[in-house]
Amino acid sequence: MARAWVFGDDISTDDIIAGRYLSKFEAEHDPRWLADHVMENVDPEFASKVKEGDVIIGGKNFGCGSSREEAPIALKGAGIKAVFAESFARIFYRNSINRGLYVFVSPGVSRGFKSGDEVEVDVEKGEILNVRTGETFRAEPMPEFMLKIIRVGGLLEHLKGRK
Amino acid sequence: MAMTITEKIFARAAGRDEVSPGEIVEARIDVAMIHDLTGPLVIHTFRETGAERVWDPERIVIVGDHQVPANSVEAALNHITLRKFASEQGIKYFYDIFEGICHQVVPEKGFALPGSLIVGADSHTTTYGALGCVSAGVGASDMASVFVTGKLWFRVPESIKIVLDGKLPERVMTKDLILKIIGDLGADGANYCAVEFAGDGLSNISVDGRLTMCNMGVEMGAKNAIIPPDELTRRYLEGRAKWSYTPVYSDPDAEYKEVHEYDISGLEPQVACPHSVDNVKPISEVGEVEVDQAFLGSCTNARMEDLRIAAEILKGRKVDKRVRLIVSPASRDVYRRALDEGLIKIFVDAGAMIEPPGCVACMGAHVGVLGPGEVCISASNRNFRGRQGSRESEVYLGSPATVAASAINGVITDPRDA
Repeated sequence: MARAWVFGDDISTDDIIAGRYLSKFEAEHDPRWLADHVMENVDPEFASKVKEGDVIIGGKNFGCGSSREEAPIALKGAGIKAVFAESFARIFYRNSINRGLYVFVSPGVSRGFKSGDEVEVDVEKGEILNVRTGETFRAEPMPEFMLKIIRVGGLLEHLKGRK
Repeated sequence: MAMTITEKIFARAAGRDEVSPGEIVEARIDVAMIHDLTGPLVIHTFRETGAERVWDPERIVIVGDHQVPANSVEAALNHITLRKFASEQGIKYFYDIFEGICHQVVPEKGFALPGSLIVGADSHTTTYGALGCVSAGVGASDMASVFVTGKLWFRVPESIKIVLDGKLPERVMTKDLILKIIGDLGADGANYCAVEFAGDGLSNISVDGRLTMCNMGVEMGAKNAIIPPDELTRRYLEGRAKWSYTPVYSDPDAEYKEVHEYDISGLEPQVACPHSVDNVKPISEVGEVEVDQAFLGSCTNARMEDLRIAAEILKGRKVDKRVRLIVSPASRDVYRRALDEGLIKIFVDAGAMIEPPGCVACMGAHVGVLGPGEVCISASNRNFRGRQGSRESEVYLGSPATVAASAINGVITDPRDA
């Protein structure tokens, strides 16, 4: 059962993964190291609660601040399948696509969920159903070239596949 | 078709006569910058693509600045990664640790040139727009792809024009101005947009001050921040510019998404309160806030103009016993000039600690880390929860003058009263 985790506006990449955890990952490249500390500045318990396939519901300007690509890597490493938000900061949005994390701009979505709600997600359609309320939210369509990158797991795989 | 300065630069870089906001273009990159905290992942990703050589070893700038000197084995490994890569690829412009903060080194060494397109694996890459270029932060995968191809796709941004009139009052700095603007527009007020500064007020603002303004453009979500080149730009670049350049300017009838006008003559010092950069108040409304640490450093505010005003306030005075004042000049060059001018002696006599040029206390991953319950008044750019250490610490952002005045009094203090 996939669940929603709801965060507010202006969640920064420092919130998603703090600066103190970057150098070890840069040196060793193990996403589990990041996943263990994901969202720690906002909710120190989050890493132990989140499960494979869960989704994050954000407010506006999700992923603002630092350009660290560790932010989507940490979310993906923790099992997050997709982020639905009112809007995204631009560098995080690009980085997420490049790392194969589904990011959906979905107006109104931040009002439709409580943390722990059971959800059903269709990433191909960009839809998320709140099982508790029966309400479905539909994301703004994403350009096909971005979806292609996400589907294969990110920019690196996409570049390899084109060779 | 009338275009803004940003649109013209994207058009040139994309090999087109004209471009419009919203269009996606593939553009040639003039300079690509990485540093020690995001660079190793870029290099790792570059290697995974299977590419053997970078597209142009003379167009990549590598700077060690985030954790210098190394404070852990991992940081040391990351520095080794940069050194090996620079040597193996013949990277011409590799600045090992102690040259300074990337966002000072790139302008100072003459890489940020009017009309050019620059990307950096760091969000504060917006800084270089102060010299009339388009300059944007990107992540590791995008940068690795630039290393392979020399190109990157961009969505041409809409432009927001900010017209400045007048002259900042004494001890009020461009940091106060940019905080005021971010407070007004909000942390996503310029999301995906170019922020273009304009107006007669610019002629009264130094290159140091302009770099501060463009540095913080990203704190309102901007893709790039830009200032039209003028006589001050030309003089700054004299003897510095790495290559020849062609300045471009917005057409008078170019279209803007929004226009905001500021008369800066009456501005009072501004402070961004915890925990967001747009939680900005005039200093008179901040109230009595005791501080444990004062940080004068970072890519935002550690240049000569910043150190001079702080020294003017600290000269012959002592930092409050309860406060740790940390000073880190933005670069080796700034450090040496500050020594020559006697500024470093003023700081040391006042009770400050001098750290080597680098990011230092700004991002909580090197030195000057805050413990639970501690408060810092900081000349840096971000006050997110936990940014400088414990998630139970608090960061207030202010100008170098406000940092110096607050260090003396032990409480956040209006520098005009110090």
